[in-house]
Amino acid sequence: MEMAAQPSDTLATLKTESETLKTKLEEERAKLHDVELHQVAEKTEALGQFIMKTRRTLKGHGNKVLCLDWCKDKRRIVSSSQDGKVIVWDAFTTNKEHAVTMPCTWVMACAYAPSGCAVACGGLDNKCSVYPLSLDKNENLAAKKKSVAMHTNYLSACCFTNSDMQILTSSGDGTCALWDVESGQMLQSFHGHAADVLCLDLAPSETGNTFVSGGCDKKSCVWDMRTGQCVQSFETHESDINSVRYYPSGDAFASGSDDATCRLYDLRADREVAIYSKESIIFGASSVDFSLSGRLLFGGYNDYTINVWDVLKGTRVSILFGHENRVSTLRISPDGTAFCSGSWDHTLRVWA
Amino acid sequence: MSGSSNIVAMKKIVQQLRFEANINRVKVSQAAAELQQFCIQNALQDPLLTGVSSSTNPFRTQKVCSFL
Repeated sequence: MEMAAQPSDTLATLKTESETLKTKLEEERAKLHDVELHQVAEKTEALGQFIMKTRRTLKGHGNKVLCLDWCKDKRRIVSSSQDGKVIVWDAFTTNKEHAVTMPCTWVMACAYAPSGCAVACGGLDNKCSVYPLSLDKNENLAAKKKSVAMHTNYLSACCFTNSDMQILTSSGDGTCALWDVESGQMLQSFHGHAADVLCLDLAPSETGNTFVSGGCDKKSCVWDMRTGQCVQSFETHESDINSVRYYPSGDAFASGSDDATCRLYDLRADREVAIYSKESIIFGASSVDFSLSGRLLFGGYNDYTINVWDVLKGTRVSILFGHENRVSTLRISPDGTAFCSGSWDHTLRVWA
Repeated sequence: MSGSSNIVAMKKIVQQLRFEANINRVKVSQAAAELQQFCIQNALQDPLLTGVSSSTNPFRTQKVCSFL
């Protein structure tokens, strides 16, 4: 009799303790909330008019563009599509340099290796595969394909760490993982999200071994890559988090969500410090990225537009039209001279 | 059976919350000042912010047509 009563008591006690700790966490965060970011930024000079136009349109995908990544050479771009194709472009000339046909449709993730010699991609096949890029245009890239990551649901995002040797992945199975490319071995796994993980971003190398992830559980988590521990988590969005990106200093990150807002979280203050939203923006933000100084935040939205935000003042400085369907992916070039957006309209656009 | 796995799950949640509750934090005023400082220090090196001219931005360069 006594033994049967204990398990439910312990569960209740733990639940109470968890509620108490959540309240304590909020109180600790609130104590330090002495000012808003935009108030601190009041004395900063306002930004002038921005004239950004589409400078290149990359056409060639047969269906929705889902993901893109720049090569470190600042001119090549890899993109992946619902049509199962992964294309490497020279963004200066708009020429296609390589094309790979994946065995699955909905290739939701792609990434360029730091060396520029390989690309990684995956999606509904639940895997992340690496394709070395050959200088011989006639060579069949699929022949040299290397399967690296295996998840139990779709691959939502992938990125190489600081070398071609390791890849970080996030998945619809609710986990993230770190893999050794050569052996295909899982080096670390990251558990904590309560639903599909949709996005991830690696901290700038100076900041150390952490990365941030966002998911369908409306939570963003910062992880220690060595221990697998979640070191900070934030739950202020009201819907799925589609994109996360570190502020260039590594001290903060932005997220874009289906709740039509982008938000900025400061890691040292351990809280949300800005919300980028307007009553007129009612469609989800699918992808976000910062300009080099961190002053501008570019957001691609499901209403086909790109909104440019003044990160410090919290105001919108520009709205860019051009895509004819949802903007699904957006990345600044490595030297910050341009940014590229990919859309459900099958095209990529380079803006400057 | 499901009772004990719920407890294991709850214990993990409580452990995680204890860890997160105890981290060091700074005031928003200090954090915000540092974010702003970073922006200002790097503003001139941000081509999209300063608006790089056509001659130096490879994407803004006009394409040259040549007759073959």
